[in-house]
Amino acid sequence: MREVDLAVVGAGPAGLTAAIEGAKRGCSTVVLDMNPHPGGQLIKQIHKFFGSREHRAGTRGIEIADTLFHEAESTGVEVMVRAEVYAIHDSTLEVAQTFGEDSPILPSKEATTSHSRSLSIVARRIVLAMGGAENALNFPGWTLPGVMGAGAAQTMINLWRVLPGERILMVGAGNVGLIVSYQLMQAGGEVVAVIEATPRIGGYGVHAAKISRAGVPILTSHTIVGASGESRVERAVIAKVDPSWRIVPGSEEELEVDTICIAVGLRPNARLASLAGCKLHYSPSLGGWVPIHNSRMETTVPRIYIAGDLSGVEEASTALEEGRLAGICAAASLSKERAGDPEEIKAIEQRLLSLRSGPFCQRRQDAKQELIGIAETQCPK
Amino acid sequence: MDDDTIVCRCEEVTVGEIRKAIREGAIDVSGVKRRTRAGMGLCQGRTCEKIVTQILVEELGEPVSTLEPATVRTPVQPVTFGLLAKGSHDD
Repeated sequence: MREVDLAVVGAGPAGLTAAIEGAKRGCSTVVLDMNPHPGGQLIKQIHKFFGSREHRAGTRGIEIADTLFHEAESTGVEVMVRAEVYAIHDSTLEVAQTFGEDSPILPSKEATTSHSRSLSIVARRIVLAMGGAENALNFPGWTLPGVMGAGAAQTMINLWRVLPGERILMVGAGNVGLIVSYQLMQAGGEVVAVIEATPRIGGYGVHAAKISRAGVPILTSHTIVGASGESRVERAVIAKVDPSWRIVPGSEEELEVDTICIAVGLRPNARLASLAGCKLHYSPSLGGWVPIHNSRMETTVPRIYIAGDLSGVEEASTALEEGRLAGICAAASLSKERAGDPEEIKAIEQRLLSLRSGPFCQRRQDAKQELIGIAETQCPK
Repeated sequence: MDDDTIVCRCEEVTVGEIRKAIREGAIDVSGVKRRTRAGMGLCQGRTCEKIVTQILVEELGEPVSTLEPATVRTPVQPVTFGLLAKGSHDD
């Protein structure tokens, strides 16, 4: 059994910044991540980020992951990879860690038997930062090989250098759908079409323009009707939908594709939080069931904090800030000496507010305020 | 949604079976799970939970916020028995 001041689950932008802030304040800190590389989704973001300089605009996600990891190491954080937290009770995290080759899917048979260990970590404070999970879409044929999440396709091309297919249909024109479409093209795939059920493209204009210029049609008010093929996807049928989401009869169109990527949004990956006893609230603007948390990012379970997409699906920039906030508040709750400068928290809150302003993000700000309001009555004082 | 379309890939449960479970009294994801095994396979509902929720909303005519969120149990990630049997070790 190991004892630490702070255990962070998830080594993405939120988890790493939480750990860095904790360690800076003298907490013995460990970060656990199930993947072979730290950085979370940042490690497959090969495009440059937008926004302000303090949120690393102009930097590629993969470089941000690198910087954060090195900063974590230099502040004394121990980052454990291929470490799955499979249970949590009170202050104890049960961890299964495997060693061995960089297997993209499952550890090799040998690795699960001889090169693995289980360990218990008792933490005085816990920050959960497991991010989001991709939503599935079901239609006749969706279980055929060749149908996959857009995030999965992105992992295959950018991390493991495997092109999932040659002719691709992207379902969903939010930022994930648009960016992954472009990256699939860069990797040598042909994106046959991007379809979007709503009447407008959800992602940024820059991303949409890039693939439009390359000749990829982005069909709004279109949905997927089905996929078929002998032993894998060979074709997809798409159709127009009317304003009340009904398929327009006779508008069906068959596309010859071998891969269908689903980019219909993410939801908070709240399973471990739920297991720990954190109360959830359903918030459509934040992606679904979200652990209730107060303005210090503390959940309804004392000593458990959350940050990043787990506390509401947003962007890497907000995850970086929320992670910092969670790390600072978790450390401060351990001792007065670690509380640090209240101005620091105020500055983070200001930056979060500006990230959540504008027509695109205001509803997230409102949803966050609603959560914090609920927390007033349910979280520890 | 077609009655024949699969919802839970791991346990091969269809839309029709889930609708039937709801007509027979299931009022949340756990109720559907107990009656059909949807969400009891290797992925533990990671893929189908949201789709099951969507069918519940359609069939019951209630918003998601009134449903109970799905129950989560240990282990939340697949772990081998071998590893569990070894117990926890110190380095």
